[in-house]
Amino acid sequence: MVENTRRLGKARSALAEKTQGRSLKKRTRWGEEVIRSMLLFCGIISVFTTIGIVVTLGSQSRLLFTQDSLLDSNHRVREAMTTDQNELVMSAGGLGIEAGDRIRIGQEVMRVESISEADEESGTKTLVVERGLEDTVIAEHSTGGDISLVQRVTIREFFGGTRWQPQIGQFGIWPLLNATLLISGIAMLVSVPIGLGTAIYVSEYASERVRGILKPILELLAGVPTVVYGYFALTFVTPLLRLLLGRDTVEIFNMASAGIVVGILIIPTISSISEDALHAVPDNLRQASYGLGATKYETATKVLVPAAFSGIVASFILGLSRAVGETMIVAIAAGAGPDFTFNPFVGAETITGHIVRISTGDISYQSVDYNSLFALGLTLFIITLILNIISGIVARRYREVYQ
Amino acid sequence: MGNEPNNQNHEPDELKNKANGLESPLMEERRRAEEESSEVKLDKNVLREQLLPRGKAYRENLKQRKKRGAVWGRLYFAANVVAILALLALAYNIANSAFGYVIFENEVEPAALSSQPLEELDADGLGAILLENTAPRLRVIIRNRLSRVENSEYTSAPLSEVLRGRQFPDGADDLTINDLEDQDYINILKDNLSVRTLRGIVVDEVVQPEIVESWSLMDSIFNRGEIEARFQERQAQAEETNLSLEFYSWLRPEFITDSVASSPTEAGLRTALLGSMWVILVTFVFAFPVGVGAALYLEEYATGDNWFERIIETNIRNLAGVPSIIYGMLGLAVFVRALGFITSGEFLGITDSNGRTVVSAGLTLGLLILPVIIINGQEAIRAVPSSIRQASYGLGATKWQTIWRQILPASIPGILTGVILSMSRAVGETAPLIVVGASTFIGIDPNGPFSKFTVVPIQIYQWTARPEAEFRNIAAAAIIVLLILLVLLNGTAILLRNRFSKFKV
Repeated sequence: MVENTRRLGKARSALAEKTQGRSLKKRTRWGEEVIRSMLLFCGIISVFTTIGIVVTLGSQSRLLFTQDSLLDSNHRVREAMTTDQNELVMSAGGLGIEAGDRIRIGQEVMRVESISEADEESGTKTLVVERGLEDTVIAEHSTGGDISLVQRVTIREFFGGTRWQPQIGQFGIWPLLNATLLISGIAMLVSVPIGLGTAIYVSEYASERVRGILKPILELLAGVPTVVYGYFALTFVTPLLRLLLGRDTVEIFNMASAGIVVGILIIPTISSISEDALHAVPDNLRQASYGLGATKYETATKVLVPAAFSGIVASFILGLSRAVGETMIVAIAAGAGPDFTFNPFVGAETITGHIVRISTGDISYQSVDYNSLFALGLTLFIITLILNIISGIVARRYREVYQ
Repeated sequence: MGNEPNNQNHEPDELKNKANGLESPLMEERRRAEEESSEVKLDKNVLREQLLPRGKAYRENLKQRKKRGAVWGRLYFAANVVAILALLALAYNIANSAFGYVIFENEVEPAALSSQPLEELDADGLGAILLENTAPRLRVIIRNRLSRVENSEYTSAPLSEVLRGRQFPDGADDLTINDLEDQDYINILKDNLSVRTLRGIVVDEVVQPEIVESWSLMDSIFNRGEIEARFQERQAQAEETNLSLEFYSWLRPEFITDSVASSPTEAGLRTALLGSMWVILVTFVFAFPVGVGAALYLEEYATGDNWFERIIETNIRNLAGVPSIIYGMLGLAVFVRALGFITSGEFLGITDSNGRTVVSAGLTLGLLILPVIIINGQEAIRAVPSSIRQASYGLGATKWQTIWRQILPASIPGILTGVILSMSRAVGETAPLIVVGASTFIGIDPNGPFSKFTVVPIQIYQWTARPEAEFRNIAAAAIIVLLILLVLLNGTAILLRNRFSKFKV
């Protein structure tokens, strides 16, 4: 004991000697600081990801709306043009050209001032053009020269157009958006009742044992890769639909089948979040409801569901956001034509499905197609971001009430 | 558990009915009824009968309420049944396509090749069959199975290059493949390949079975008679009777070890499996340290009242909800195009790729699962009791010493569980990799981070998209392989969570 005390005293005086004259203030440890900044950098990478997404999607989309692109009009020059001529005879057929359009022959850009009726015999049209636009050199053009249409996609056309046909210069998002919304709608019709039903059952009705079996099964549904669901939609649900509703009504590729399977995919999203919300409702409310003589069903639907309503709604919105962004199921089962239709039993292409289909082929980085993909991606990103933010706000509200 | 009281709901029912009754305006009537019945049995039902209000309207109402409750209770249960049925249908559908009867038409009957059945022949016997029947194809077989160089250089490069590390005739280092005799080719094949593989080559090259018709598993089990009748019919029609009816499993060992081919019976998953492994490796190497680092920063360093830290936190939550295909577009623009010089391996002198490589794919998936790893990691770190932290600081440890020696060892099982679960998500991802530009049809195995690649889900997608029914069968077989892979990964995660985590998350 005495020995120990003496030793301690020695150590203390040694320490005092060592630290004499030194400040006892907290010292900066450079090693620690370096590690701290490295860890901070790891965190910042996620911010970079968001910035990267916004910047790449934004800048490529901007290119779509600010750059001219050339579209083969399938018209040809019919009579050779000299440099001082401003009348152009063009062959029949091809894309429609209207007054005000810009065309390009060789390197020269011209604006169409007016356009004549088609010649009765040959079908040729005569255009009056303003030549040498955009500082291009006025040149002679021989017979047979290709006439390209110079076009630029406008934001108005992009968000207002009802045709998506890049090969003829139509970039209206509505056919794709319509299919996306229709499939998401069908998915919600499937997943909302089933997801909410399972959530209520698991949280209020099931015994501990049943609950232990049901929850992992629902989690299993969430763990299956989406490409497997796509296979399931195409080889099981579609044949089933065709068997039930007739092969004439239901096409091989159709939105209903894709929608149903997307619905199955988001059941776990809805049921697990709704169940958490139901679980978070204080037990007092449950007991009070039983105390007033309510049945189990009445307690669940008239007390607990309203109490957990914001959490449940948040789960629906989150599910919707997943459905909108879902890709492989629609790429496999919903078809590959951007058609504007409200019939769920025919094929149509969604935003995501279109992006996948165009990406599968070799795509040139300078093309309008490439830029249009990013404009679609940006639209998708904004839609899902808004949905996620709304879901977050709604969910926060219920937390404030009960915690 | 919050729902415990309602599990035994008879008692509360009784109580609340009693309470109801006492306050009921029908009390008078009930008292009169009690007086009438002199004997009060203490039977539960009778008791309930007596305590409940007597009014007809009330009884009717109660009956209806209970009935409605029962109906809805069943509906809620039905929702679960539907979800389970969906899962069962999925499993049924895959199994149904992966196995079943097939009628093969053989180009040459195996019995005509040798007096012994193929299964009993050794390497020499199989070699003799190959030499006899497909001598002109031998060089192509060696190219497909053993060559180490690009197809364009196959006939011009010296054997020491072409068969680097393989067995080939002594002293033939500087010769090209064209300088050898047929018997040499046979020897090369025999020396380098197992008997089993040789037998596979004999079947593919000589017997050449082609699928005439195939059935699903359900048909094979329940309509066996019909299938056999159909087989007899076909046999009667065919002039040469080289048809055989077999119960065929599309998932076979060769399916995993073969590379892609244009025929469904020969196509295999090897290239895609290796591609998946390379991509996952890159994903892990990138996402694990970064994810854990970010989680450590947010849990251990961040004070929470800093606007910048709040931005990081919110940002991670929002990133978790971004559709995966958007990450693909980010990867295409950043990793494939902007950083193409690095991701194509050009800075290391690799010239044959264009940025659509394993690295680009791995990094894209890394960014995709980063939010999941961070969120799970934060939870695992938060579960470490702060007493451990305090004790460590109390002993004079610095912050990093505390993290490295106490917090990380305590939370690593939880962190790893999250990492493995997110890896299994990455293994199943398809869309972002299609956008990043996985090759559609490659026969060369990926051999490093800068090679072109395809992955298992993309292979499944392509086979599913083919119109021929047989490709759906191998797609189903590939799905089984993928699901087994996922089960193994998830199993490991669950094991980690249950066996090694000290603190429950």
